[in-house]
Amino acid sequence: MIVLEKRAEPSRLWAFLAPVVAIAAAGLTGAVLFALLGRDPLLAMWTYFIEPLTSAWSLEELAVKATPLALIGAGLALAYRANVWNIGAEGQLVMGAIAGSAIPILLPEWNDPLALFVMLALGLAGGAAWAAIPAFLKVRFNVNEILSSLMLVYVAQLFLDWLVRGPWRDPMGFNFPKSVSFTDWHVLPAISGRVHLGALLALLAVAGLWLLLRRARMGFALKVMGSAPRAGLFGGFSMAQACWISFLISGALAGLAGICEVSGSIGQLQPSISPGYGFTAIIVAFLGRLSPVGALFAALLLALTYLGGEAAQLALGLSAKVTQAFQGMLLFFVLAADVLVHYRLRLQRREAKS
Amino acid sequence: MAMADAGGQDGGTAAAPHEGPGAQNGQSAPDAPPLLEVQDITRRFGDILANDSVSLTLRRGEIHALLGENGAGKSTLVKIIYGVLRPDSGRILIEGRPVRIASPAEARALGIGMVFQHFSLFEPLSVAENIALALPQGTADAALKERIATISETYGLPLDPDAIIADLSVGERQRVEIVRALLSDPRILILDEPTSVLTPQEARQLFATLKTLAAEGRGILYISHRLEEVREICDAATVLRHGRVVAEVADPRRETAASLARLMVGEDIHAVKAAPPPEEPGPPLLHVRDLTLPADGPFGVALYGVSLDVRAGEVVAIAGVAGNGQRELFRALSGERLAQGHGVIHIEGRDVSLCGINARRRAGAAFVPEERLGHACVPEMSLTDNVVLTRHAASEKTQERLVRHGLINMDAARRICARIIGEHDVRGAAPEKPARALSGGNLQKFIMGRELDRQPRVFVVNQPTWGVDAGAAAIIRQRLVDLARAGAAVLVISQDLDEIFEIADRIAVISRGELSPARPAAELDREAIGLLMAGAHEKRHGRADNGTHAAEARP
Repeated sequence: MIVLEKRAEPSRLWAFLAPVVAIAAAGLTGAVLFALLGRDPLLAMWTYFIEPLTSAWSLEELAVKATPLALIGAGLALAYRANVWNIGAEGQLVMGAIAGSAIPILLPEWNDPLALFVMLALGLAGGAAWAAIPAFLKVRFNVNEILSSLMLVYVAQLFLDWLVRGPWRDPMGFNFPKSVSFTDWHVLPAISGRVHLGALLALLAVAGLWLLLRRARMGFALKVMGSAPRAGLFGGFSMAQACWISFLISGALAGLAGICEVSGSIGQLQPSISPGYGFTAIIVAFLGRLSPVGALFAALLLALTYLGGEAAQLALGLSAKVTQAFQGMLLFFVLAADVLVHYRLRLQRREAKS
Repeated sequence: MAMADAGGQDGGTAAAPHEGPGAQNGQSAPDAPPLLEVQDITRRFGDILANDSVSLTLRRGEIHALLGENGAGKSTLVKIIYGVLRPDSGRILIEGRPVRIASPAEARALGIGMVFQHFSLFEPLSVAENIALALPQGTADAALKERIATISETYGLPLDPDAIIADLSVGERQRVEIVRALLSDPRILILDEPTSVLTPQEARQLFATLKTLAAEGRGILYISHRLEEVREICDAATVLRHGRVVAEVADPRRETAASLARLMVGEDIHAVKAAPPPEEPGPPLLHVRDLTLPADGPFGVALYGVSLDVRAGEVVAIAGVAGNGQRELFRALSGERLAQGHGVIHIEGRDVSLCGINARRRAGAAFVPEERLGHACVPEMSLTDNVVLTRHAASEKTQERLVRHGLINMDAARRICARIIGEHDVRGAAPEKPARALSGGNLQKFIMGRELDRQPRVFVVNQPTWGVDAGAAAIIRQRLVDLARAGAAVLVISQDLDEIFEIADRIAVISRGELSPARPAAELDREAIGLLMAGAHEKRHGRADNGTHAAEARP
């Protein structure tokens, strides 16, 4: 009989090993899955995980996809540390994108460097404002933030859909549901190939959040409220404050990811601007052990699953859903492996019947 | 059957109660095996041996004390006997027959009853309904009430079967638990710290009941760490320390409380040395005037007109049975919950009624709540982080300001942490260790040290030695007295009357959210405090006739 036994102290070794074990387990299960689908598992794994890392083009693409994941994932890591469950980053991403796009769409003539700054600021503000709704509902009426933030995702997506089909549709766009293409002044400058300035912003955000959680009183308050709320009150911190800060920061970063995506990668507003980055970032946050730096690495891995999924689709004729299956398995195994941080497995012989 | 046995022995033992187990056995059946034998029980939790080959013998008609400090393994042992836990090795015999007890239901079938320290009653239901829930289905209502009435009468446990649990005092709830245990007519009754929630008068009533039960030939296993009452009512005692039996006491009456304590702790406990309180009372540093707060939840207690002064140089203690508003009073004093208007709470002359906990800390106060893990400390965080927890906002001596421009100086926090660990003798601690890795006593020493290190002028502590081993408790009490004599105002909320008489200069009693005036400790005895605990000082009208006291008055 296998017994779970609580460790006296959480294991540091397993805190590092758990994500590795989870990735290995997800990979192994993936190989079995490929084999069952009648593909050579080794070739499939190569196509999925290794090949995207072998060309400069796909490495750039990796950075492009990791950018929003790192921005959002780091913010969510902070919120989840405070026990605030923002599940609606996807909606905050959309609202940030919409708010930031107001400049190129409504003021296309405003062509100077300041315009781009204002776009980014509006992106932050749009995401934060959308996140403020579940925060307010939680603090004021104790509404479950998981539900309210999630449901607001669909509101945001439908709002975007309406905008690009209606008032913000490009009049010269042959009736396609798309906005005008942004002018050069409204596009994030590239760093290298398709990699845009957003990548740098993501690094800055990760560094900032790392400092916040490690050294700042505000970060300390969030960690305390997440870990032991009554001790937090005893320390003079407030539940409402933790909820507001978590939602505003994670929402603002999701909004920033949204405007960076639109302005840096897509170049215009369209009905779909994200392949679910806001949801994938939840996995990023957990795989990164709810630490901003960890989220950065996890973002790279999850970006790889997007690339690998595309590659598998092209080279092996596998369904694009494989990506989601992989991401799901990864989250499942991460959460499962986390048990080993706090518990150890022990084999126990069954007591002999007397 | 146990009942027949009990009936048969009733006359014999009642005539000469408590002649001792040997006499009784000799009388009825010379070779009768003991009621309960526990042999070499071992149980391991992770790295900890909670029970290390523990043996114990309980005889008919015996009240047997199971003594030991917190964490000595008492609860583990009784949970094994009651079938809640399974031993890794060892065996249990009932009347000489080896038994396997896999669940509490099997334990009850074998004639073992248990009254837990924390009651398991449904508050909105009546006494009879709660008892019916524990019985097999289909027990007729009227018959049940009759049985409750019979048991109540026989054993001096007055109960109204129709009273709602929520209306009952803690002592009455305990009676419900005991009656419930007695309905299955157990041969062995286990009580886990039964008096920790009772007033002295209620405790005496309970002792009478226990003696009646023992006189019928039942065996009673009595867990306690109150040595005086063990001496008073127990016929034998088994002392546990670190999971092992360290002593078997044949007759506790021949021991002194000090000798029993020595067995429990394994060393002499030093008594608190206190200089007499200052002749000239200092200025009141903590001043509470007419503090009234509604209950903060369905199970909260409302505070009503609480007034209190604590002066420089003195220790004031607040006695009371658990759950009478101690937690609420602490939260109101600490500022975790604010008063409803100005002029209610003053610290060093400053009106802090509407100030939060950190403003009150800056005004010179320090607080230690009852619960160490999860309230005084974040269990998963390091001791250094836990230093930051209560000191991040206090304006300390400038070189120790922990927060500048919103950033925490972790090096300074680590230095303070190391100093606290050193000066307050916190064993097994290091600045990086999580709080939950410390034992109860050492964590309490750390928490007390964290606050004392700030040299507070007003110190409010709730249950300072709750669940702390006797050695650490003595040190903590000494620190409290020393702090007061150094010129601070110290307020101790405690359920432990021994502790209160040991350190308090003045004593007030809280009952149902009302506080009696604080009187010099020398003018009070246990009797007087017991009356106050039962509400003798309460001013609110219409309290006495809400059914609670009616039940007491009936039989």
